[in-house]
Amino acid sequence: MSKIIVVTSGKGGVGKTTSAAAISAGLAKRGHKTVVIDFDVGLRNLDLIMGCERRVVFDFINVIQGDAKLKQALIKDRRLDTLSILPTSQTRDKDALTQEGVEKVLNELREEFDYIVCDSPAGIERGAQLAMYFADEAVVVTNPEVSSVRDSDRVLGLLNSKTHRAETPDSEPIKAHALLTRYDTQRIAKGEMMTVEDVLEILAIPLLGVIPESQAVLRASNLGTPVTLDDEGSRAASAYDEAVARLVGEQVEMRIGGEERQGFFQRLFKRTA
Amino acid sequence: MFGLSFRPRKANTAQTAKERLQILLAHERTDGSTPDVLPMLQRDILAAIQKHMKIGKDAVDIRMERGDELSSLEINIDLPNSRGNGQGAES
Ligand SMILES: Nc1ncnc2c1ncn2[C@@H]1O[C@H](COP(=O)(O)OP(=O)(O)O)[C@@H](O)[C@H]1O
Ligand SMILES: [Mg+2]
Repeated sequence: MSKIIVVTSGKGGVGKTTSAAAISAGLAKRGHKTVVIDFDVGLRNLDLIMGCERRVVFDFINVIQGDAKLKQALIKDRRLDTLSILPTSQTRDKDALTQEGVEKVLNELREEFDYIVCDSPAGIERGAQLAMYFADEAVVVTNPEVSSVRDSDRVLGLLNSKTHRAETPDSEPIKAHALLTRYDTQRIAKGEMMTVEDVLEILAIPLLGVIPESQAVLRASNLGTPVTLDDEGSRAASAYDEAVARLVGEQVEMRIGGEERQGFFQRLFKRTA
Repeated sequence: MFGLSFRPRKANTAQTAKERLQILLAHERTDGSTPDVLPMLQRDILAAIQKHMKIGKDAVDIRMERGDELSSLEINIDLPNSRGNGQGAES
């Protein structure tokens, strides 16, 4: 039975696309057949983060409108044969998405994939609502910062009211998980940013993981490599790997911590600075 | 040994980012005005072949890889075999 997971947040720039790429690559690494779909119509970016931007021919909208078969629009990842990407259109707008069209594509994907990861656009309008509508689980990406937490709360409200599961009597509600990203232990230690506990107390959903603010994320996006596939061994990558393990139901101890492994000289300079 | 530890661990990923964007944007800026050229091309190829042969409407498959100097367009057409019933044969 395949699972549809939406990566959502309300607020923009919090790390949805980064997380959708890292999580789907993490699932695929574990051998699960995984597809990641870009729902951000008109602002295609997932292809760049996944590093397949030169291979986009047909897209999600072409498939919905019957101009291409799903098979033609799916891009097979060259690093992992369990991973595929369904890019979105760069030239249309969100009105090109229809609920029937999305449902049809998702149903077809369900036949082939174990996990269908939906990268939501920012906002709470049509695009974001369609990205979450058919979800079984939600990864709510939040930064430890007031407007992000407020928007996440708003999104949780939508997940519990404006989705297929919410509207279907007797069905389980969408299982929502909090993913804290861009977590900066130094600023939290100084009291400038809320702690994990603060955020969870407000949102009242289980924690999937805590991803530190990390240079590795920028480096990976420069290269078009999901951070869970780069070979840097960064803390951000292992934090995503652990989140993926929890997502598939494993018990993994939560490590909340910080900074990247630092070289001897960097440590030395920091101490004497 | 000393020099190494001061260098960024992976040399200049920003340069890679810039090159990727230059290639992508060069294509996007020119394709931008005609977003659906590939679906149209696919329809035209299908129509042209159907004038002469009996092929299914899913028989034409187009793939592309955009490059710096040149892009490659790969067109696969499933032709029915001699006993064919109009359905594409697996190639
Ligand atoms: N853990 C992180 N550490 C550092 N930068 C990050 C991290 N997560 C995301 N970013 C950066 O934040 C920006 C927005 O991320 P993105 O995934 O595109 O967000 P969204 O899809 O929510 O708009 C990008 O520049 C990305 O590189
Ligand atoms: Mg995004």
